[in-house]
Amino acid sequence: MKALLIAEYRDGKLLENIYELIAFAGKIGADTATVLVGDAANVPRCSGTLYLADVAKYSEYNPELHKQLILAAVSKENPDYIVFSHSSYGWDLAPRVAASLKIAQVSEVVKVIDGNFEVGCCNAKMRRIVKPSTAKSVVTLQAGAFSMEGEPQGTPTVVALDVAGGGNVEFLGYEPAEAKDVDLGKAEIIVSAGRGVGKKDNIPVIAALAKALGGELGASRPVVDAGWVEHSHQVGTTGQTVSPKLYVACGISGAIQHLAGMKKSDFIIAINKDKDAPIGEVADVLVVADVMQLAPALTEKLRK
Amino acid sequence: MKLLVCIKQVPDMESRFKVNESGDWFSEADLAYRMNEYDEYAVEQAVQLREQLGDSAELTVLSIGPDRVVEAIKKALAMGCDRGAHIQDPAVHKKDPWQVASIIAEYARDKKYDLIFTGMQSQDRGSAQIGVTVAELLGYASATTLVNFEYADGTVKGKRELEGGIKSVVRMKLPALVTCQLGLNVPRYPTLPNIMKAKKKEIEAVPVGNVLKEDSLSASNSFYPPVKSGGGVVLEGDVADLVDKLVGILKEKNFVAK
Repeated sequence: MKALLIAEYRDGKLLENIYELIAFAGKIGADTATVLVGDAANVPRCSGTLYLADVAKYSEYNPELHKQLILAAVSKENPDYIVFSHSSYGWDLAPRVAASLKIAQVSEVVKVIDGNFEVGCCNAKMRRIVKPSTAKSVVTLQAGAFSMEGEPQGTPTVVALDVAGGGNVEFLGYEPAEAKDVDLGKAEIIVSAGRGVGKKDNIPVIAALAKALGGELGASRPVVDAGWVEHSHQVGTTGQTVSPKLYVACGISGAIQHLAGMKKSDFIIAINKDKDAPIGEVADVLVVADVMQLAPALTEKLRK
Repeated sequence: MKLLVCIKQVPDMESRFKVNESGDWFSEADLAYRMNEYDEYAVEQAVQLREQLGDSAELTVLSIGPDRVVEAIKKALAMGCDRGAHIQDPAVHKKDPWQVASIIAEYARDKKYDLIFTGMQSQDRGSAQIGVTVAELLGYASATTLVNFEYADGTVKGKRELEGGIKSVVRMKLPALVTCQLGLNVPRYPTLPNIMKAKKKEIEAVPVGNVLKEDSLSASNSFYPPVKSGGGVVLEGDVADLVDKLVGILKEKNFVAK
């Protein structure tokens, strides 16, 4: 069995998520070859062939050209699986490759069970097994779902990869993340507000609980998108990744992007009306309650 | 200019999901439905562009599913779409992403839309495949996960959201497709006059058999809750009781003074 792994490169650097793809290949017992649009000074530690396309020529984002490069590697390697991270690069590119080859794509695999791919659904509250019906298939992996045991090793055999063509999306550059006025990464206690707090007027209730515990206020994405809390407080994939001693999630259902940003906290308390909310999967204590009733009462008690 | 926005109707994600009789998806009983959250941003962006372009533009909203999805189409019409297309399919959950994308592409092909909007993913399936696959099938340029959108003179300029809050700025010429991320804009609430106006707008009904030309490429016969991995404690009861228990835990863990 063979897996063709698609490495990522951003802002002059190889991204570490290639090692999650290698871990996945190990799990399904596949030999690997790797594709990277990058540079020779930044290759992953791995075995097998590394198809290296020059990023200066093919750009960090040019989906049409990157697709053609991957298709060229596919025709050389004839892999059973073409594996991406389920990242902003992977979910953008993977369906293009799958559609070109007219093969199945299984998105955001979280686990391999008896050789089958388990994926999340319904906001991560439920799971499904998805089976490709085609001989080859494209797979994207949930960030953090697979990790290597031990240090990555090996030196790949580098083969230059080139295709002709232009592309139809122009990459104009990056815009850096907004400056953070709060460094949640250093906080020992974080109390975060989610959609379950109901409205902007209720945010001070959560802020008061944070203060009573001597912690900082955090927030989930919907709360930031709605303008209830500043972006600098956002915890999750597109905000800050935190690992405080205590994390209190108030009315946060636990979308995967949020969980990825806080699940390494030492101790997690979740307050949520929905007993089945995915936040329960990572919480040490799940309090089933309306946060707008519980939080003020808890703050009151802590102040005494 | 012809615009299309594709939407999905999904259950409220706070619902308790029960497995259906065939064991492959949720039971429809007792579920409340709404427009997929990502698609609300897609509709809003499409409506804003429609307003920017004025009467030279026409905006169609498309949804696939059983009769209940007409409610989601009506909401999009009340937000400002001009006309609806309902691909009637009582068993859309049995279709894989390839088939769903193929249905949309088949419907759209001869209509020559200049710009297509979709959500970046659905809240229930979350494959994030449909938009890009539609674009590939139609030969359109596409970019995913937009948190910023501008249009002028046949060119779309957008910002894609990457991990860590970084954005990448991209530009493409029409025809094109964009998939919309949360936070792209502030989706409007339909006003009562617009809800009334929407009732007069046309919704074309298309039996799925007319536009389904592809077999599935993948299959799923299972639907189940995740195996609970953590040994977390679940506390239930009245608030005063819960507060006492929580304070006890916080003291025991030395987060507050004993």
